[in-house]
Amino acid sequence: MSDNERRRAAILGRLRDVYRRSPEDEAVAIATVEQRVFHPAPNLIPARGQLDLAGRIELFTTMARNVQAEVDRVSRLADVPAAASAFLRRHNLPQKLVVAPDPVLQGAGFASQPLLRVRFGDADEHDQAGLTLAFAGVAETGTLMLCSAAERPTLLAFLPENSLVVLPTARVFGAYEQAWRELRRELGSPPRSVNFITGPSRTGDIAQRLELGAHGPRRLAVLLVDDFQAG
Amino acid sequence: MQPTSLAFQSKASSALADPNLQAALGGIKTGWQRGRILAAERLPEFEQLRDQARDIKNHALANLDFYLEAFEARVLDAGGQVHWARDAAEARRIVQEICEGAGARTVTKSKSMIAEEIGLNDHLEAAGITPVETDLGEYIIQLRKEPPSHLVGPAVHLTKDQVADLFEQTHGLPRTDDPTELVGQARTVLRQKYLAADVGITGANFLIAETGSAITVTNEGNAELTQGLPKVHVVIASLEKVIPSMEDAFTLLRVLARSATGQEFSAYTTVMTGPKRKGDLDGPEQFHVVLLDNGRTGMIGSKFQDMLRCIRCGACMNNCPVYLAAGGHAYGWVYVGPMGSVLTPQFVGIESAHTLPNASTFCGRCEEVCPVRIPLPNLMRHWREEQFKRQLVPSTVRQGLGTWGFLARRPALYRLATRVAMGVLGRLGRKRGRFASLPLAKGWTVSRDLPAPEGKTFMQQWRQRQRSRS
Repeated sequence: MSDNERRRAAILGRLRDVYRRSPEDEAVAIATVEQRVFHPAPNLIPARGQLDLAGRIELFTTMARNVQAEVDRVSRLADVPAAASAFLRRHNLPQKLVVAPDPVLQGAGFASQPLLRVRFGDADEHDQAGLTLAFAGVAETGTLMLCSAAERPTLLAFLPENSLVVLPTARVFGAYEQAWRELRRELGSPPRSVNFITGPSRTGDIAQRLELGAHGPRRLAVLLVDDFQAG
Repeated sequence: MQPTSLAFQSKASSALADPNLQAALGGIKTGWQRGRILAAERLPEFEQLRDQARDIKNHALANLDFYLEAFEARVLDAGGQVHWARDAAEARRIVQEICEGAGARTVTKSKSMIAEEIGLNDHLEAAGITPVETDLGEYIIQLRKEPPSHLVGPAVHLTKDQVADLFEQTHGLPRTDDPTELVGQARTVLRQKYLAADVGITGANFLIAETGSAITVTNEGNAELTQGLPKVHVVIASLEKVIPSMEDAFTLLRVLARSATGQEFSAYTTVMTGPKRKGDLDGPEQFHVVLLDNGRTGMIGSKFQDMLRCIRCGACMNNCPVYLAAGGHAYGWVYVGPMGSVLTPQFVGIESAHTLPNASTFCGRCEEVCPVRIPLPNLMRHWREEQFKRQLVPSTVRQGLGTWGFLARRPALYRLATRVAMGVLGRLGRKRGRFASLPLAKGWTVSRDLPAPEGKTFMQQWRQRQRSRS
């Protein structure tokens, strides 16, 4: 037995001494635990986000703007480069963007913006603006859900001062549970990092005054795309 | 950290006379306290969600052994490692060994109350490893060498000017008291620390048995840079953080931010599962979870079990008249406010903290706002009984309480005694209508007068009224 195994046995042993379950109780407990771990069911889901798609997009937009996110809506994926370029111009930022090496984003036609210098890859400390693709949006609080993957590195949304996130409107769900159910359906188990992002980085640690851009992005721009097809 | 909780009274008195502290604490009422009320009003299901949040935690606490085993199995499946620690010393040693294994010289940390509880920073420093706090509030108190004064806002006791002074000394830049510039300075300094760190240490708000995930909640994004940049990530969490599923986490998250700061959702909720995967361009190569007991298994099945539901939102302190007047440091240890008055005696012993359960008016607001409905006044009452039993209070107080207890359990005698007392006080005070001082009640009359009773007790008046009616 290793030290760790000994400590583990001691802690679990202490718990079992307290619970002192009868064999029948133990069987019931195991069945309940297995049910809740292997077949989790949603608890109460607030009515707020339970709307049709148009309602969810509207609620998402309102809630995200309430927490200082910028929300733009474009009709096609091919409009994303122009929207990203306009964001950089609006904030007097250099026309430089590091973009997630996602095949769909690579096919978005960034060449349509000749002034915009684009690099596909992960962000480093010199990048001022990063663009990535969200897995889903959650209307009830205007929250983005990002899933890490080889083609969607996590730091893109945290290291640069400006974070741009593409969100297909069809992926705006009402509640967190619905977005997570979609993750289970598509990916099985969660990737290394799932980031729920609600507005840009903020702090109230100096005299409880709201300041944006504490460590993560100072600005967050959500680019909603209706027709999310490459080409 | 050595507890100084026994000095609560004197510390509270100096806190009341500290204009900086009073100014800083004043903001809590208009900020977090009001924010919570508004957020709850915007969500019609809020009260029902609190019930479910309580039930989820109760269920997990009744089956902790199974959920911990399930959690561990999933962490291993995802390529991570689980370390079990029975007490603070074991946890410190485990973290130190992981850091040494990584050849670490500096580690970044995102806010963790467990790290405060086990005194991790001092231990790492003694081992030649430099810990850097990255949460802005924690960074500030680390520079000031202070413990946190609040669960959510560790530097909430400081004014903007105090932070300006501190940063001027520390950063070697011209003084500024502009909050935006102050935040910008910390951002720049800490950015380099993130990039240089060999190990990142975070706490966890929840551990998920279903997936083997750890969840952190921040507003600054510091947890994400802490765990995302270094090659080793260590999560330190106490046992009771484990819950069954992501669905349960979402229910708890819905009440967490609303109760804490009045936000609909915190800016960043991150679900971390194992180390980086094949092909990932970032993320840690190692993922460690340190599970800390430190007396918690002893609370299971005891009258303090309810306390283990706590999700560390800080609503109890934001709504506590004693905390709002005395501030967090008066409590003398890591956990403050009503939740601290219950937890601190548990961790440091009632002998070293018997003042804390008395630092309450029992007004009940903490219980009213607790998202997981912990009966905090009741738990403090258990500690009061314990201190009475162990004779930790002065004999005059014990005798007074003993006499009162004797009478209170004999209603007829109690009524007789109050009738006599009211009659005497009524006659004595008839002339002036108030008492500026009274024997045995100096503590009360030193700052206010006692209005003289009119001579009859409530029960006497009630009976008279009943009689005149019939």
